[in-house]
Amino acid sequence: MSGPNTNFDPKQVASLDVDAVEAMVADARAAFAAADDLDALKAARLAHAGDRSPLALANREIGALPPAAKADVGKRVGQARAAVKSALEEREVVLTQERDARVLESEAVDITLPVGRAAVGGRHPLTTLMERMADVFISMGYDIAEGPEAEAEWANFDALNVPPDHPARTMQDTFYVESADSGVVLRTQTSPIQIRAMLERPLPIYVVAPGRVYRTDELDATHTPVFHQIEGLAVDEGLTMGDLKGTLDHLARQMFGEGIVTRLRPSYFPFTEPSAEVDLECFVCRGASVGDASRACRTCGSEGWIEWGGCGMVNPRVLAAVGIDTDVYRGFAFGMGIERTLMFRNSVTDMRDMVEGDVRFTTAFGVDA
Amino acid sequence: MRIPLSWIREVADVPADQSGRDVAERLISAGLEVETVDTVGAGLTGPIVVGHVREIEELTEFKKPIRWCQVDIGAGEPSGIICGAQNFTEGDLVVVAPPGTTLPGDFTITARETYGHVSNGMICSERELGLGDDHAGIIVLPEGTAEAGADASQILGAGDDVLDIAITPDRGYALSLRGIGREVAIAYGVDFHDPVDRAETLPGPADDRAPAACASDDLEACPLFTLRTITGIDPHTPTPQWMRNRLRDCGMRSVSLAVDITNYVMLELGQPLHAFDLDALQGTVRAGRAQPGESLETIDHVERTLSVDDLTIRDDRGPIGLAGTMGGATTEIADDTENIALEAAYFGAEVVARMGRRHRLTSEASRRFERGIDRALAPVASARASELLVDLAGGTYQGMTAVEAPMEERVIRISGDLPSQVAGMDIPVHDVIATLEAIGCSVTVDGSELSVAPPSWRPDLTDPADLVEEVVRLVGYAKLPSTLPTAPAGHGLTHAQRLRRRIGMVLAARGLVEVLTYPFTSDADADALRWPDDDERRVSPRLANPLSDEQPKLRAAILPTLLVAAQRNVSRGFDDAAIFEMGAVFRGPAGSQHAPRPGVDQRPSDEEWQQLQDLLPDQPTHLGAVFTGNRVAKTWADDAEAFTWADALSVAQDVCQVLGVEYVVERGDDPSFHPGRCAQVMVDGEPVAIAGELHPAVTEAWGLPPRSCALELDISRAIESSPEVRPAPDFSSHPIAKEDIALVVAGDVSARDVAASIERGAGELLESLSLFDVYEGDQVPDGHKSVAFALRFRAPDRTLSAEELAGIRESIVQSTSADVGARLR
Ligand SMILES: [Zn+2]
Repeated sequence: MSGPNTNFDPKQVASLDVDAVEAMVADARAAFAAADDLDALKAARLAHAGDRSPLALANREIGALPPAAKADVGKRVGQARAAVKSALEEREVVLTQERDARVLESEAVDITLPVGRAAVGGRHPLTTLMERMADVFISMGYDIAEGPEAEAEWANFDALNVPPDHPARTMQDTFYVESADSGVVLRTQTSPIQIRAMLERPLPIYVVAPGRVYRTDELDATHTPVFHQIEGLAVDEGLTMGDLKGTLDHLARQMFGEGIVTRLRPSYFPFTEPSAEVDLECFVCRGASVGDASRACRTCGSEGWIEWGGCGMVNPRVLAAVGIDTDVYRGFAFGMGIERTLMFRNSVTDMRDMVEGDVRFTTAFGVDA
Repeated sequence: MRIPLSWIREVADVPADQSGRDVAERLISAGLEVETVDTVGAGLTGPIVVGHVREIEELTEFKKPIRWCQVDIGAGEPSGIICGAQNFTEGDLVVVAPPGTTLPGDFTITARETYGHVSNGMICSERELGLGDDHAGIIVLPEGTAEAGADASQILGAGDDVLDIAITPDRGYALSLRGIGREVAIAYGVDFHDPVDRAETLPGPADDRAPAACASDDLEACPLFTLRTITGIDPHTPTPQWMRNRLRDCGMRSVSLAVDITNYVMLELGQPLHAFDLDALQGTVRAGRAQPGESLETIDHVERTLSVDDLTIRDDRGPIGLAGTMGGATTEIADDTENIALEAAYFGAEVVARMGRRHRLTSEASRRFERGIDRALAPVASARASELLVDLAGGTYQGMTAVEAPMEERVIRISGDLPSQVAGMDIPVHDVIATLEAIGCSVTVDGSELSVAPPSWRPDLTDPADLVEEVVRLVGYAKLPSTLPTAPAGHGLTHAQRLRRRIGMVLAARGLVEVLTYPFTSDADADALRWPDDDERRVSPRLANPLSDEQPKLRAAILPTLLVAAQRNVSRGFDDAAIFEMGAVFRGPAGSQHAPRPGVDQRPSDEEWQQLQDLLPDQPTHLGAVFTGNRVAKTWADDAEAFTWADALSVAQDVCQVLGVEYVVERGDDPSFHPGRCAQVMVDGEPVAIAGELHPAVTEAWGLPPRSCALELDISRAIESSPEVRPAPDFSSHPIAKEDIALVVAGDVSARDVAASIERGAGELLESLSLFDVYEGDQVPDGHKSVAFALRFRAPDRTLSAEELAGIRESIVQSTSADVGARLR
């Protein structure tokens, strides 16, 4: 090792020459740029920024310079080293990004391959449709009432103003629990829930009752012996047929769209007087198909109206059978078939699909109807 | 009730431009449900003419009898026509479709060579012309109906519109021209000509023979009984074509003139009539209850054993008819009957309805009596029929005998504004009165009150509400306003209703598919499910009239009916499925021979209502689920994963979690399940669910894949334990300490018992444990297994030290050694 030399001239140390330092920086930059992956960059780093690199070696020579030159040369070499370091880092970022991108690219799969999964199942559309209709009434302040499917004959018929030998009993072919005079039937309608509601709840009463009912029909495309209805009952002071109509109109709008209304046609039910059939304005053609063969409508058969259910003012005899003062209270009631509603609303063409339990039917609806 | 428009026009002045469809619209608005409107002979174009059969040559060389007929159709030379029918003779008047005429079904007649002759037209039946259903033979017109060559379509009533109306039980009066005609007249606001007024032209009785005597032994069930005697009719007189047309259009068949007249008058006025062969009667004809042991052969040739509750028509020898339902065979009008006793009576609706049910027999007559007929009509209708028998059949009227109880006067008092109040719109009182009078009521005004006497043909009008309906329907339901009542604030869904919805959503999210099955099952199903004889599920209600004799019972569990749906999916190629149903099951006996029947004019007492509840079986809501095949299908990446007992059990546990109830899983012993793979889920010490792998005998019985799994859960019971409010958990944020422990136990020790013992030994600092390995093999002694648990410990107030954990571990080793004979592996 040489000792201090006070007469030292920087020009005598070739490695600290201005041009030489600049060339070292340029060499380093060129080497980094030439490195096309991180391994090559590592080699270039060792060669141009490592402990044995020309700049590092040159840096060591600074200590031997005279004090006058030290500051100037030191500054120059320091800047050169910083420039190399910065160039290295820039290149490292680029190459790292390139490598990461390559790795991700190499991990690509055929995203269209079928995935093994436990699929979501489904809820029966009759269930969800009943919930949906019930929710419309919940929002109006109604409660949901319930009752048993094997029901007292008294509640299913007698209290609803259908005495034992009335022809209306044969309108609803009834399953009797053995023996035929046991006093127990499978309810032919959700209407006995009206009787239960009126016997068990305080006035005024506003309830809906969705549920399963039974009649001795054979199963075919449009009939099933086990089906569902939703019943509505309101008993209050001063209720009118207009209130009944308005309530049905509201339901029609919520289920089938703004502006859809109902039409009442006189009919007969023992438990309502006056009684009416409820028709729904066709929500598909809104009546435009009537008399216009070019706009034929399958939903309503180009009638403009769809038969939906039955309704009426609660027969005062029914109110009397449950001890409600008919001088003060009036009621209205209505009932719709859920299967029928699902058929025309969701275009189900064969009722058997609803009862056979084929998973394809339910699954198609997911968890909503 | 089918009714031709031409007949309606005879009693109501319907504007000439109105078609059957127009009239139908008006009737529908008024509440008569017109189902169809058909045109008689629709599809018939071109002339049809009356033909006079001059000659018939029987052609015998063909496989069936064929006739070569010479028929005069008023065109000079007779037409030669080939005909296969046999029900006519030379000299008859028939209906001929000449070449060029098109019959319904777009069948155009041409002159064509057939059976060795050129046939110049076709001799037609009713059905071929689209007039009616009769195709037993060709139409033979009554002698003298028309000349050969006359337009037959007019004679046969072609072109008339026929309305088919479904009559509701309250509108018995509308089962007649009289009733429908009145509704049409009201709907159009035109004059109505009551056809009963036609009945006044019957001549006085001849006095050459005493009329047959009659009586009523039961004035309650038969308050009016009349019998008219007509002698000397010509039994061979054919029914005139106009009457045949009416009967045909109303859907009835022509039988013989006397019978046709009784049917015609029934259709016209609504009063059923019955004609007896007078010479077959012996003594007084009376209405009375059947005697024990009696039987009767009715005219449909069924021998019927009578009940003492049956109301019969009888003569001195015994029953000769079921009152208001069907006559007996021995006194029926025969081909040669000349003398007739004509019964017209009023029979109570209930007695006829009950008899019809008992004998499974309905008739045109019983349909009318069941709905209630005009109490005053019987003598009027029988006068009308007698007149027709005299005029058309050449009979002699011999007079009437009758018995009648006094008629009760009905008066209904209503407030004049009641219709307005009920409808929610203004209906002036004078409109109320006018409407009630139009339907036949007589109305007297008493201040703001109206006293309304309904007409005799409206037995359905008994209450103020009935009158309100009449007024509002005739004012028009279309005029009703649309208003919304304001209900008081509601309560939303009940706890149970909300939870049932949530269970449905969670099950669907877990991949289960909801189905709805018929709840009908059988003892054979119970056998196939291997339920023991004393299983409580065998006691469920049986139906008196099941859909199928093979499914006579209501289900006591969801599984028997759900397994059928599972099998259906498998048979349709969906071997991998998880289905569920939530619904009622029926347990215990139902009904009683001494079922209470409270009156309906007041609220039942609490005791009576309770007695009615006691009749009913228990009807809890159950959840059933069946799992077949694979949970995850085989894919390119993974093997298939079959459903196992664990899936069934885990769904049961999920439901408990949805309900927020604490539960314990125990070994179950339900015989429908694999004896070693059946779990019972306990809530509050009671079993609420059975889950596991089905017994091989059960999967085989229902045709399901081996190792199918199932669960049945009592939703109603589980919801009882579900808290209304769920408390928030209290958990520590101090560090967790994890420990694994592997224990060797005897092979028959249950995992649950080991876990319970670990919990006991670990004490309160144990936060959770999970079983992560079960091993049987070389590393453990024969008959033993190793069970490894991951344990997590946490203290509420501090970080656990290594010493504490070591102490707990030692405590676990001791507790499991003592409880289940475990040793550390
Ligand atoms: Zn439409």
